[in-house]
Amino acid sequence: MGKAVDNRTHSAEPVIAKRLVLGCGALVHELVALCRQTPLLKEAITLQCLPAKLHNTPQLIAVEVDKFLSENAHKYQDVFVAYGDCGTAGALDQVLTKYNANRIEGAHCYEFFAGTAAFEEITEDQLGSFFLTDYLVKNFDRLVIQGLGLDRFPELFDEYFRHYTQVVYLAQTKSQELQDMAKQYAESFGMNYQYRYVGTEGLNVVASPILPLAFDLELQVASA
Amino acid sequence: MSDNEEFNLNELDDKELVEQIQDDLYDGMDEEVSEGVQILLDREWDANDVLGDALVGGMKIVGEDFRDGILFVPEVLKCAAAMKGGMKLLRPILANSSVDLSLGKFVIGTVKGDIHDIGKNLVGMMLEGAGFEVIDLGINNPVENYLSAIEEHSPVIVGMSALLTTTMPYMGVVIEEIDRLGMKNDFHMMVGGAPLNQEFADAIGADAYGRDAARSSEMASVYVHAQRA
Repeated sequence: MGKAVDNRTHSAEPVIAKRLVLGCGALVHELVALCRQTPLLKEAITLQCLPAKLHNTPQLIAVEVDKFLSENAHKYQDVFVAYGDCGTAGALDQVLTKYNANRIEGAHCYEFFAGTAAFEEITEDQLGSFFLTDYLVKNFDRLVIQGLGLDRFPELFDEYFRHYTQVVYLAQTKSQELQDMAKQYAESFGMNYQYRYVGTEGLNVVASPILPLAFDLELQVASA
Repeated sequence: MSDNEEFNLNELDDKELVEQIQDDLYDGMDEEVSEGVQILLDREWDANDVLGDALVGGMKIVGEDFRDGILFVPEVLKCAAAMKGGMKLLRPILANSSVDLSLGKFVIGTVKGDIHDIGKNLVGMMLEGAGFEVIDLGINNPVENYLSAIEEHSPVIVGMSALLTTTMPYMGVVIEEIDRLGMKNDFHMMVGGAPLNQEFADAIGADAYGRDAARSSEMASVYVHAQRA
């Protein structure tokens, strides 16, 4: 782990020998599960998330990450940001450079959850693919319907979706309830439906290299 | 902007009516905007003035408030729909006008791999309002589509749009190809889209970057007027 770069003067505050993981609120459930897998991980990582609604305003992501890190990065030994580029067109990377922080590779969570090859295969097959994750299925009304103003202006549906042909649910779990919901959303949008279980492996990098170390130590403790 | 009080648009004088149309456009009230436009036409206003003062003037305020985070995409789309209603009344009159105020042809399209066209459509509408003949190539355009349109229409400006960070580099591919064919100086090349910035536009060799619909249309007009001066 590299030492987080502090761009401000915080000399009086002690540095914690921990990794700060700053995540997208839309990943909070999966990040909590990952960072609480073992006592060592729990000890080694402090998890904080920014509001998931930033998903709909990508131009604000880099600004909010910068704001958070300027106040907190100096307290930690290492910073990892659980975002992809997420529509920031490199602006997030510029911010991360200031703090010597890393992020998950990929354009967005759809890509790092599915894996680049699988994601490209889906979009090459059908360009008009509208992606859902567990979080988006659970919060469909708030983030998609209300977020796009379709609750107030349902007549805008075609403006947003006229070129989409299918809903692709990239699932982190195998929940039948969420699958039923996703399928229902696809039907209500008049689109084809595709389900792909992709799990949460794409997130493991936020705990690397602590994750394998944590499991090794847990294993040793268990077998001792 | 407007309150709920109902009143007869006919009772307003010209200045008040133009302001009211702008307010109604801001509020996305398409029927009221069309009604106001029709009243101005009935008062024998020149269609170009109705377009410029009421509709484009109104959309300019919308564009500024969108940029400043006061309005959001759904509201802007409602405004655009209201403007479309007014344009529908004006378009045939403008097309038959003996005075040629056209600023020339503007070829616009979303690049290959990208199906997002909300921003492009807003730009197209503002350009039309500003006096351009807009040739809209739609979405997912490979370089060949731009080249065919350039050959067929001889535009003064070619515009490319992208919403995705994964598709915006394709704009550079188009510009490179146009440059390779020795056509780079035959027309102006503009780019726009949510994830773009001036730095990116400069890096791929675009002539101009439009940060929003209103600004893009303004920049295009300024360019043409400067060329003609």
